[in-house]
Amino acid sequence: MTSAEIIAVLEGQFGAKIKAKNLEAIDPFVTIESADLPAVCRFLRDDARLKFDILSCISGVDYLEPDPKKVAKAGFEPHTEVVYHMQSFAHRHRFVVKLNLPRWKGDKPGELPEVPTVSNLWPAADWHEREVYDLSGIWFTGHPDLRRILLAEDWTGHPLRKDYEFPLEYHGIRGR
Amino acid sequence: MGFFEGIGGDENVLTTTLEQAIAWARESSMWPMTFGLACCAIEMMAAGASRYDMDRFGAGAFRATPRQADLMIVAGTVNYKMASRVRRLYNQMPDPKFVIAMGACTCGGGPYYKYGYNVVKGVDLVVPVDVYVPGCPPRPEALLEGLMRIQDKVRGMRYLTKNQPVDVPIPARTGYVQLPPELFDEDPTKAVEKQIQFAKRTKEKAAPAKA
Repeated sequence: MTSAEIIAVLEGQFGAKIKAKNLEAIDPFVTIESADLPAVCRFLRDDARLKFDILSCISGVDYLEPDPKKVAKAGFEPHTEVVYHMQSFAHRHRFVVKLNLPRWKGDKPGELPEVPTVSNLWPAADWHEREVYDLSGIWFTGHPDLRRILLAEDWTGHPLRKDYEFPLEYHGIRGR
Repeated sequence: MGFFEGIGGDENVLTTTLEQAIAWARESSMWPMTFGLACCAIEMMAAGASRYDMDRFGAGAFRATPRQADLMIVAGTVNYKMASRVRRLYNQMPDPKFVIAMGACTCGGGPYYKYGYNVVKGVDLVVPVDVYVPGCPPRPEALLEGLMRIQDKVRGMRYLTKNQPVDVPIPARTGYVQLPPELFDEDPTKAVEKQIQFAKRTKEKAAPAKA
């Protein structure tokens, strides 16, 4: 199936729940609400026409321009995106689903934005979600074991956020 | 060392001090610990393999446990999560112990110095380092050179141990770097002027030649 056909199938099933679509991108994608994610992903995986049986990757993207002089030219409002790349061995097609989130839940700094987990649909999502949580700071509700996967357990902060401050000292070891 | 050749009819008498004899034995059998952390380990393996053959200098017996080793070659990027393990392995080595910091990352953070949030900016912030081998990665010859500098240190040892306490305090660098004369001046304003001039000169040098 081509990407346009996949988007047409999704729109036929979910209608207004598909908030935005982009066919011009190299990897065409749709944007949905995070609350609809489990239903959409289950449909993508189980529908006989789509059969996305493998989740290639989950990415967290932080849209923030830390330099106040460049904010006007940045071309985006500060927000976070979660991107799901998936493909199908059966039909040999692939597709991208995106979520738009606030950078902090309720705009309170320190409260991580929440996304329902898809690790019950694709077991591969387990470690992917742990990595996104570790580095980008997105909380996956319903995840069986959401711990840091790369950094030390007692690390503070999420380093791939644009406003992350580097540690000056870690367990007696100078950072600079 | 003195040769008393032909005295007493025995031609194979050699006199020396006990310290020198022990230092000679020790420098000729440095046992490094197998401790590859990143890409530098490939080069360390090359130094140990047949072409460069570290065993020529007595340091080919890579041990898989710190308790049998007296040389730690830290080959590769050390991150904060690994630092405590590096520290523990160092503490587990028996006393006259030596450390080679191999590669740019262990010498001072290397390419991760500025944006590596998780990389220790030099392994000398974790364990005391005896010899620095710069390079990214250093060639096996460079590592062999570093090994020979360690052997120089061993040869110069006056005592059997380094008398290190069991738990060595975590060292800290001063952060002071000696600048080369073309960049250094007693007067800070003059020094800045010199550095600007130097930057201009290098930029001119780097510009492509006009046809």
